[in-house]
Amino acid sequence: MRTLHALLAATITICALNACSQKASTPVTASTVPAASGTVASSAAVKPAVPTFKPPSETEIPSGPLGDVIRQGRAIFTDTPTHASAYVGNTLSCSNCHLDAGRLANSAPLWGAYGMYPQYRKKTGQVNTYGERLQGCFRFSMNGKAPPLDSAEMVALETYSWWMAKGAPVGVKLPGAGYPKQDFKPPQPADYARGEKVYAANCALCHGADGQGQQVAGRNVFPPLWGPQSFNWGAGMHELDNAAAFIKANMPLSRGGSLSDQDAWDVAMFMDAHERPQDPRYTGNLAETRAKYHDTPQSLYGTEVNGHLLGSQPTQK
Amino acid sequence: MRRGDSRTLLLGFGLLVATALPVGAVHAVDAAAITTQGNGKGAAPCMGCHGVDGGGQASAGNPRLAGLDAAYLQKQLDDFANGTRTSPVMQATATALSEDERAALATYYSKLPIPPALMKPTTSMPAVDSVGAVLATRGHWDQQVPACVQCHGPAGVGVGAHFPPLAGQPAVYIEAQLKAWQQGTRHNDPLQLMQHLSNALSAQEISDVADWFAAQPLDAKGATP
Repeated sequence: MRTLHALLAATITICALNACSQKASTPVTASTVPAASGTVASSAAVKPAVPTFKPPSETEIPSGPLGDVIRQGRAIFTDTPTHASAYVGNTLSCSNCHLDAGRLANSAPLWGAYGMYPQYRKKTGQVNTYGERLQGCFRFSMNGKAPPLDSAEMVALETYSWWMAKGAPVGVKLPGAGYPKQDFKPPQPADYARGEKVYAANCALCHGADGQGQQVAGRNVFPPLWGPQSFNWGAGMHELDNAAAFIKANMPLSRGGSLSDQDAWDVAMFMDAHERPQDPRYTGNLAETRAKYHDTPQSLYGTEVNGHLLGSQPTQK
Repeated sequence: MRRGDSRTLLLGFGLLVATALPVGAVHAVDAAAITTQGNGKGAAPCMGCHGVDGGGQASAGNPRLAGLDAAYLQKQLDDFANGTRTSPVMQATATALSEDERAALATYYSKLPIPPALMKPTTSMPAVDSVGAVLATRGHWDQQVPACVQCHGPAGVGVGAHFPPLAGQPAVYIEAQLKAWQQGTRHNDPLQLMQHLSNALSAQEISDVADWFAAQPLDAKGATP
């Protein structure tokens, strides 16, 4: 199997992405993903932002009914399958990608997001409220369905976010918000075969050689990175720049910043070149779905890697 | 086939087995015997420190071995033998064991049931907002220290071959290991995870988090953040 992987990796085929959006099933052969355009940033230039905002300590959650809802929001956030089971279609929790229960800078903290909504989003073509943004997380990252805006789950998550953002300015992108992908470009185009090696050396320890994470008593300790229990093809983490920035800043857990920029991009590509659940916006035609929703070099959806057309065999539970 | 033929065959087979057995016995490792008698080549009986049932000795800081992951146990024995993990007693023991004996002992202890007496902790549970509890279940993210349970599993029950159980292990043992990571006398951790983490911890935090894990039940389930 390892030999097979190596052989396959040596013959990576991938689309010239714009061409693919029209005719995804006849990809152009190339050895790597096209490099991001623009000047190549040096490693020193892409240090994660030093946060200027500090969320309140958990001990400051008030007692009483408001505090109860804040705590409920935290519970949903850190154990989503248990506390929002009706809306979750995989085994992930919000806190898998938003570390420290949504508090950690450069890990898309809630305090960095809350004040940025309402916001016009290219993904939806509309101005979305914070609640609508959270709905997107459920639909894509959690591979589930959107909780109604007035549901107890949504109210709790919004209340938890509001509490965490108390004192933060409204409409200001704070240092440490989102993932640090500003000017974060791969020195060389991301490469699957190199990524596979980075994965084996740095990630498989926790996420498993098969990428399916590790579980105790049926519950994730380490989340699956692809496959039926992971985020779907519509989730932000399937885009290389998001994944690379998250990985660079935060992985391996407790050793964030230890991977080189190149390693982070390569392993992001390796992770995102595996099958996962279908994009819920799938039109019935892969090329058309790519053209409509994935027309970016950051998405491998609808492109061919290792002789496999990604998105053509989405995983099912 | 005539009856005589089959008798001859059976007899032949019996002889074969009879002659084969002693040869096999020379190589087979009797792990159970080593735990009670040692291996006769310098390895002391395991039970002397780890208990007859593999449950360990809390007061002396000798950890439970029963029910731990076999690959983890074997790696530790190998690492004592090669010096990446230090302990006068265990280095002497592991060095005196053959590779086969180390493997057999790891398998033996991994299959022992967790002693029922250990299922419920004997030490009192620190408060949920105590220093130890916060470090174990929330972490110190401003110093890149995740919650311990994020890798060691809910309440520290252990995950796979690389993240051993902390729940119910003697506080003395956990504290000694964290200090060993910090001081570099133990450096057999994958990706140097523990060597890095431990540098961010104060002596008080180490002591408190050790107490917290010692007080955790071994059958804890649930989510990790």
